[in-house]
Amino acid sequence: MRNLSSGPARLAFVLLPVLLSLLLAALLVLSVGREPLEVLQKIWQGAFRNTRSFAGVLNFWIPLSLASVGLYVTFRAGLWNIGIEGQILAGAVFSSWGALTFDFFPPELAPLQLLLQILLGVAGGMLWGGITGVLKIWLGVNEIFGGMALNALAGVWGIYLISGPWYPEGGSAQQSRPFLDQALYPALSRDLPVGMLAIVMTVIALILVPLLMARTRWGLQLKATGNNPRSALLLGVPVGRVAMSAFLVCGALAGIAGSYRVMFTYGSFRPLVAGGIGFLGLLVVLLSTMRPFWIPLITFVFSAILAGSTRLRVSLQLDSSLAGVLQGTLVLVFILFQGLRQRLETRRSELNTEDAPAAASGPGGLLG
Amino acid sequence: MDIELRNIHKRFGSVHANNDINVTFPAGRITGILGENGAGKSTLMKILSGFQPADSGEILLNNVAAQFDSPEDAIQEGIGMLQQDPLDIGAFSTLENFVYGRPEKVLPDWQTARTELERASAHLGFELEAEAPVERLSIALRQQLEIVRLLALGVKALILDEPTTGISAEQKSTLFEALQQLAHQDGVIVLLVSHKLEDVITLCDKVVVLRDGRLIGEEEMPPPGEADEAVMSETKSQLVHLMFGQELGPHIRAQVALDRVVLKLENLQVRDRRLQIDNLDLSLRRGEVIGLAGLDNSGQSLTMRAICGLETVAGGRVLLEDEEMTNRSYRRFLHRGVVFGAAGRLEEGLIAGLTLTEHMALVRSDGGVLDWAALEGMTRESLQHYDVRGQAGDRIEQLSGGNQQRVLMALLPENPRVLILEQPTRGLDVESARWIWQQLLERRESGTAIIFSSAELDELVAYSDRILVFHAGRVHEVADVAATTIDELGYLIGGEFSRG
Repeated sequence: MRNLSSGPARLAFVLLPVLLSLLLAALLVLSVGREPLEVLQKIWQGAFRNTRSFAGVLNFWIPLSLASVGLYVTFRAGLWNIGIEGQILAGAVFSSWGALTFDFFPPELAPLQLLLQILLGVAGGMLWGGITGVLKIWLGVNEIFGGMALNALAGVWGIYLISGPWYPEGGSAQQSRPFLDQALYPALSRDLPVGMLAIVMTVIALILVPLLMARTRWGLQLKATGNNPRSALLLGVPVGRVAMSAFLVCGALAGIAGSYRVMFTYGSFRPLVAGGIGFLGLLVVLLSTMRPFWIPLITFVFSAILAGSTRLRVSLQLDSSLAGVLQGTLVLVFILFQGLRQRLETRRSELNTEDAPAAASGPGGLLG
Repeated sequence: MDIELRNIHKRFGSVHANNDINVTFPAGRITGILGENGAGKSTLMKILSGFQPADSGEILLNNVAAQFDSPEDAIQEGIGMLQQDPLDIGAFSTLENFVYGRPEKVLPDWQTARTELERASAHLGFELEAEAPVERLSIALRQQLEIVRLLALGVKALILDEPTTGISAEQKSTLFEALQQLAHQDGVIVLLVSHKLEDVITLCDKVVVLRDGRLIGEEEMPPPGEADEAVMSETKSQLVHLMFGQELGPHIRAQVALDRVVLKLENLQVRDRRLQIDNLDLSLRRGEVIGLAGLDNSGQSLTMRAICGLETVAGGRVLLEDEEMTNRSYRRFLHRGVVFGAAGRLEEGLIAGLTLTEHMALVRSDGGVLDWAALEGMTRESLQHYDVRGQAGDRIEQLSGGNQQRVLMALLPENPRVLILEQPTRGLDVESARWIWQQLLERRESGTAIIFSSAELDELVAYSDRILVFHAGRVHEVADVAATTIDELGYLIGGEFSRG
């Protein structure tokens, strides 16, 4: 165990997967007849060629980081919150309702309207997360199944809304009526179009949540529940309530993420607004191995690849979904190596001590 | 085939589970492996069947040293073990289960396999049906399937772990007849691991007895025809004596005046898949210690858990100082000073991955923000007071079993009203066990009532004011513990209520 978590071995377990996935990605690009370095360069340019493209990266980074840090909380409590997509979508729906309903607000009350819409988004996410929690804790429905069902429900609901109540006049049913300007996050500047308020909230969440985890009784109770709910119960932890709080907190953060997508990125409601951000968040937390300070970095890399690859179509006539493939390769190889490492560690500890169970660290220990 | 074990040693931490075992199991004989819980029977059988390696020692098959790295290896060499819960696959049919585990082919030859299954089943007087789905079979039929399956794999030695638990008398005689035929006609070695004296005497040709990891005796059993009442009874007392050893001298402990009733069970009814207990009445007084005796899974744990809200009470009432508490949540009980301690410390009770300080913080801290420095100081103090060998920053799984149990003690609330403890000294060495009891008796003197279960008869006799013996859903109360001998308790545990 000692040998694998220290020094060179540890570094190897970070660097090897990166190299391997780059190699695989390069082979992939070669197989479609392109230069790997060229593709990489275009992605880089797509993300960082100027402040506007950088803003594109940030606009992915904000909701992805919010979702990831929320998932960090549910993972802590031993929960696979697959329903995160639905929670993002529910947040988006609730915020959109606010945006379309409060159009009578005079422009000078725009900040109030904005605040109301964000709070509505929070409420929507919490509602969706809360339902998953009730299903799981009091009705015994596994959170994965409950979450999947609620994801589907939110998706269908979104489609109904744009083809019914929010149908744009003379438009096609791809999106709702556009929101008024006063219903949107104000952009930081013309050259850097990002919602400053959202960045501030994201940074606060990224700092505050790990701090709460490490410093409060609530955080400890979450960890105890996640590691061993039966023991936690015997030690007096209200495991049901604790798990519920994790769903609500994650839902709230997902709700903010959803509201940002509609209230800034699109300016209208779309059923595909969650766009896999929640699922990507699951990968982020898995990759972080529950070390929260890695979350903003990993989300930044993912955002750069996602935002950067939109340029592939323009410059190389490659579909931007290639970026998804690259990202998938990276994640797959990383998880493969994590599994490998865990296996080696277990084997080693089995050799050393007879019946000490493998330490439950990270989401790997949450499956039970 | 003959099996010979030479100088087998196996340790788990401080426990010497098998201490220099030398024994021979000749072909065509049925040998009983007897011993109380924790005597080392299962360990020895797991070594023999390839589930775990011995620390040292040899296994000789027909005088040739063999080594097994896995159960498959052992089966290859002709040794198969029948687990207490048969390792079959519920969704598949009897025939499919019969076929799996065969190494030779990718696609099984169903027709041949079916014929083989039917022939083997008929040969042993079993009634296996090829198409029956395994999940609908009784335990007895699943055992039969497993026996037939192992024999078809070429097994020449069959180990059975408590095979008569959960099967009817009729099924038992079918099983015994089949085993006798296998041994005496087909020359198979049969090893029977059991607590049940009657079964062992009826079935076995010879019995070896383990106690505290050592093989302490071998007894020839009377031939089936000659086992009349008197011989039976004499053999039984010999075996009881071997299993449990000498009676210990009386333990001296402070007299505690038993006053008012804290916990009352009225007509309690509990049940699980295997058994049901009806009409249990009990009044537990302040400072009283009640020991629960019985074989594993005889209902002690079920009852203890139902009393404090961890299992459902199917009928009757649980009263805590006249407050109705039936089927309240465990947290309610905890708030009212009723604390449960489970036998599996790391599975239930402590949390792997959390440090000792984190454990302390869970039970002691109030308020939202944790003051880690203060908590660590408190933990260090507590570790010293409870003589735990470990640091505040250690994760709990890094400690030895005895030290984990000490930590559990340290985590208990100051003055609980009722402590309900599942095998509080399981797996502990003598010293640690004594220390735990010293702690428990101190709390008892300040009024805590204790209900505990144990597999150690001397522990039960030494510390209980009353003993409840659980056997197959029945509960027998021993009110005068001072007048009870360990032998008598041994009979009761085996279901011989008339003698108790």
